[in-house]
Amino acid sequence: MAGLFNWLSQILSIALFNLRSLPQRIGSSVTAIIGIAGVVAVMVSVLSIAQGILRTMEKSSSPENAIVLRSGATSEMMSFVVGDDARIIAEAPGLARGQGGSLASPELFVIINLQKKSTGSDANVPLRGVTPQAPLVRDNFRLVEGRMFEWGRNEVVVGIGANLEFEGLDIGSSLTVANKQWPVVGIFEAGGGLAETEIWVDALVLQPAYQRGNSYQAVYAKLETPEAFGEFKDALTSDPRLNVKSMRESDYYAEQSAILHNLITGLGTLIAVIMGLGATFGALNTMYTAVSARGKEIATLRALGFHSGPVIVSVLIESLLLAVVGGAIGALLAWAAFDGYRAATLNWSSFSQVAFAFDVSARLLVQGVAFALIIGLFGGLFPAVRAARQPVSEALREQ
Amino acid sequence: MKVPATGPDLVSVSNVDKVFKRGSEEIHVLGGLDLQIPQGEFLALMGPSGSGKSTLLNLIGGLDRPSQGAVEVGGERIDQMSDRRLAAWRARHVGLVFQFYNLMPMLSAQKNVELPLLLTHLSRGERRRRAAIALDIVGLSHRTGHYPRTLSGGEQQRVGIARAIVTDPTLLLCDEPTGDLDRKSGDEVLELLQELNREQGKTIVMVTHDIHAAARASRTLYLNKGRLTTEPEDLVA
Repeated sequence: MAGLFNWLSQILSIALFNLRSLPQRIGSSVTAIIGIAGVVAVMVSVLSIAQGILRTMEKSSSPENAIVLRSGATSEMMSFVVGDDARIIAEAPGLARGQGGSLASPELFVIINLQKKSTGSDANVPLRGVTPQAPLVRDNFRLVEGRMFEWGRNEVVVGIGANLEFEGLDIGSSLTVANKQWPVVGIFEAGGGLAETEIWVDALVLQPAYQRGNSYQAVYAKLETPEAFGEFKDALTSDPRLNVKSMRESDYYAEQSAILHNLITGLGTLIAVIMGLGATFGALNTMYTAVSARGKEIATLRALGFHSGPVIVSVLIESLLLAVVGGAIGALLAWAAFDGYRAATLNWSSFSQVAFAFDVSARLLVQGVAFALIIGLFGGLFPAVRAARQPVSEALREQ
Repeated sequence: MKVPATGPDLVSVSNVDKVFKRGSEEIHVLGGLDLQIPQGEFLALMGPSGSGKSTLLNLIGGLDRPSQGAVEVGGERIDQMSDRRLAAWRARHVGLVFQFYNLMPMLSAQKNVELPLLLTHLSRGERRRRAAIALDIVGLSHRTGHYPRTLSGGEQQRVGIARAIVTDPTLLLCDEPTGDLDRKSGDEVLELLQELNREQGKTIVMVTHDIHAAARASRTLYLNKGRLTTEPEDLVA
């Protein structure tokens, strides 16, 4: 116990000497801090895109909701559900019921071309044909401006994300779709979910405009309880009239976002690792310089009887401290600059834009600082070991 | 050659070789060297640059190990100790005085002197008390709060000596303690070392180029080409 206390006391003493001499090495220390801050800021910012998309997808789903697609379809784009099938699905057991009957909304999904406000470039924007049950199936649907479109008329309401990201979606403006004019009459929120990137229109008006006859692409349904999904799914699977598959909404959106999320996460990690290598060399350089500048002091301490272990640990403490400061600055910069920043990108699964907000979550901030610590650890370890392993007499002679 | 010594030996160096490797080249600094240093002796080691004086001092102080042979101090074979044990042994038994003082620039004189006591289990108050005593012995009780940059060379060296004696070691090893000082400051430092030797019984080994400094010692040995002699004429021969 006394030995441990002595060892810790040595670490503390040497670490304090190191930190007290930091002002003499302020230039290289600040350079290391800036380098690490830059790496962490980039890493956290890029990963916050993936996190934002994931969060948008999570917000889009409810545990009580299910989506029904044609068997074999991997997305709404590739699905096809005829009107008769949609009616059968709406009668399946396990569905919640409202004033207009069961809460099942057969919907049409097409893509139109609009200009992005940010770049002026063309973008695929989802246009969804819905039924009166659609706002009831989605818990968070809420008109924030204007009014709901009139059923049976060529009018649209637009999600708030779409309104912010794309040209021509303000109330009073008009869309040209399928050679017809579609006035924008309202703007809605959907709890930050995917629907906020969409434009909604009466499905029965959209069907003839796109010559879809009495067909849809998916049926969105609200269950009585999350546990009712099994009963609902079994009923659809065992019905010989249907050739459909049902999924929980959360599973569907997780699948839909997987490609994009994995791509951005992979890219972000790759960028962070490459930049991290650079920052590690920067930290190495800083710590080699620091150890070299204090070589005489370290050699003297060891000559006086201080052990090698505390020398290594104390150099690492300094390196990790610089890394924590750099990591915290980088993470806070990313948070200040990007948290909540709205953008849109192409979702490869639906070939349409998804509007989202960068999400610099607490977990990402912790990840950023942890990454900085890894940089600091490697940056400090080799100089520390070198300082501790050099024979004392040799180290004293070099001064 | 074997140098005779009188009285009980504190240090015994037996048949020591020291070889340094520089790439593929081997440099023989000490060869078959024997030396006994009685307790309480003030020994001066002289010799030209590169003769191995500091190497011998490092071997006696446990800062380096011989390539061959034995180094015994106070009855302990320090050449056979592990690095960890050797460091602890140095902290307990050896006081080191360097040519360029080797003080921590960010610490006051008091804190510099306290440094070796951090390796002990003494309380903070006791560390302060002992450091104050050591600074008083070297005549710097009025400069305890001063940082090295505000002290003269002579004062810095006296702080270095206070740091060397604060743990009450049996052996003081001084590597050119006056090499960076003017004559007056050097004389003060040498008088201090003599006092420590005479009044506190410290065994001192001092490496020096300065014949006047060596004259303060009770015995002077000359090292040349890895061999010890009692007379400077031997260097020429």
